[in-house]
Amino acid sequence: MKLPFLPNHDDSSFFDFLTRHHPALTPTGRSGFLQAQASGEPMRGGGAMNVPHATTVLAIKYQQGVVIAGDRRATEGFQIAERRIEKVFKIDDYSAMAIAGAAGPCIEMAKLFQVELEHYEKLEGVQLSCEGKANKLGQMVKANLPMVFQGLVVMPLYVGYDVKRTEGRIFKYDLSGGRYEESDYHAIGSGGKDARNTMREHFLKGLAEPEALKLALLALYNAADDDVGTGGPDLVRGIYPTAKIVDARGITDVSEQQIRNIYDGLLATRRSKES
Amino acid sequence: MPLPYYVSPEQMMQDKAEYAKKGIAKGRSIIAIEYVNGILLVAENPSASLYKISEIYDSIAFAGAGKYSEFENLRKAGIRHADLKGFMYSREDVTARSLANGYSQSVGTIFSQEQKPLEVEILVVQVGHNGHANEMYRISFDGSIIDERTFAVIGGKAEAIQALLKEKGLTKPPDLREALSLCISSLEQIGSQKLSLESLEVAVLDRTREGRRFRRLSAADTKQLLSP
Repeated sequence: MKLPFLPNHDDSSFFDFLTRHHPALTPTGRSGFLQAQASGEPMRGGGAMNVPHATTVLAIKYQQGVVIAGDRRATEGFQIAERRIEKVFKIDDYSAMAIAGAAGPCIEMAKLFQVELEHYEKLEGVQLSCEGKANKLGQMVKANLPMVFQGLVVMPLYVGYDVKRTEGRIFKYDLSGGRYEESDYHAIGSGGKDARNTMREHFLKGLAEPEALKLALLALYNAADDDVGTGGPDLVRGIYPTAKIVDARGITDVSEQQIRNIYDGLLATRRSKES
Repeated sequence: MPLPYYVSPEQMMQDKAEYAKKGIAKGRSIIAIEYVNGILLVAENPSASLYKISEIYDSIAFAGAGKYSEFENLRKAGIRHADLKGFMYSREDVTARSLANGYSQSVGTIFSQEQKPLEVEILVVQVGHNGHANEMYRISFDGSIIDERTFAVIGGKAEAIQALLKEKGLTKPPDLREALSLCISSLEQIGSQKLSLESLEVAVLDRTREGRRFRRLSAADTKQLLSP
C-alpha cells in the first residue's frame, strides 16, 4: 500500500533518501536539466579542465585538535560578488568543513551534509565515526561529478575530532570523490598553494593552539597577498577571515575580536619591515 | 468455490480495535509531562539500548508504546519527514502538528485497510519557545488524534496513570525534579513495584537549550537530579 508519510525506505542516509524519493532536491538534480541544455555541445575533455575556485581555506593540526579557517571573498569573474561570505561551516558537534568552488552548490552540499549526519545520528541512535563521516562526504563529492563537467565544482576540506583516537584529523578530496587524509596541514582554493607554502615554512608538530591559529591567519594573509581570488583582512569595513577550533570540547568559533587582534600584530610587523 | 463469509464493518472494526488494544495493553507505560522549562518524558524500559523515546527534530520528540518494530518504523518515518521538510523549507517550519497529522493519516489508513492493525500508541510532543505554548499529541492505533494539555500518557496502564495524575491537580508546571519524582511515583503506584533508575528511560525537551533541545538523562543524571 502506498502511504505518502511512510515511504518504503530503510536506509539511514538522508542523501540516499533524497536521491531515491526526491531527486530534484539533490545537488545533482539539476544535472539533467543542464545536460539537456548543453546537449548540442560536445563534452569537455577531462585533461584540460579549468577549475575556477577563487578562495583560500585551510586547516592546521595542533596538539589538541585542528584549526580551520577561510577568507570571506566571493567573486564573479573579475568582480567581487560578496565580501562577507562564510566558507567554514560547523557540521556537527565534532566536525567542520570548509569549501572551495561554486558558491551555490558548495553551500548546498554543506547544508546537506549537516542534515545527513544529524539524520544518521537520530535514526541509529549513535554518531557516525570520524572516518565514516569523511567517507560519506567523499560519496557526496563523487555524486557531484556530473556537475563538475558543467563547471559547478565543489571541493570540500573536512576536519573532525576523532573521539576514539582523541585527535583532530584533516581530509582532502579530489573531484571524483577520492578521499585523502593529511597528517599536518592542508589548504585548497586558488590561493591554496600560497597558503601551503607559508604553512610549510612555519609548521611544527605539536603546535599550541594560539600558534596554530596565528599561523592559519598568516597563511591566509599571504595567500590574499598573492592571489586575486582571496580576500585579506578588510580594515575599513572590519571584515576578517573566519576560523573555528575543532577539539575535544567540540567546535568553537574564534571571536572576531581575537582575529582582529592577531591581524593588528601581524600588520604592525609587516609595516615595520617596509619602513 | 467457497463463498466468502459476510462480516459486517462494525464487527470487523471492533475486532481490529480489540486486537490492537490487547497488544498495547501488554506494554509498559510512558508519561510526558510539562515542567517549567519544557517537557519531560519518562518510560519504563528495562533495555538500555532499545529506546522508546526519541528525538525527531529541534524541539520535537517521539514516544511509542506497543509493538517495538511497528513504532520504530513510525519513528523513522517521522525523522525522514521532519528532516526532509527542514531541508526543503527551513528548520522552523517543522512542526509537531503536521507530523502528528501525518501519523494520524498513516496509522488510520492502515487500521481501516490492512488485515492487521498497528498495535501502537504514540506521542508527538513539541516544546514551545519564544512565548509559544507546548504541544502534545497522542495518536491511537486507529489514527485518532488527541491534543493533550499538562500531561499525556500512553501504553498499557495509560488510563489508570492518567486518572492518578489528574487527581494531583497540577495548577502550574512543576520544576524538573518535582516532575520526575511525580512520574516515577505514578509508575510505581500503578505497577505496584519499586522501580530502579536503571529501568527508566528519561529524556527532556529543554527550551533553554539552543538548536537541538532534546536530551537524554542517564541513570546517573536522574540520580543526581533526585538526590537532595
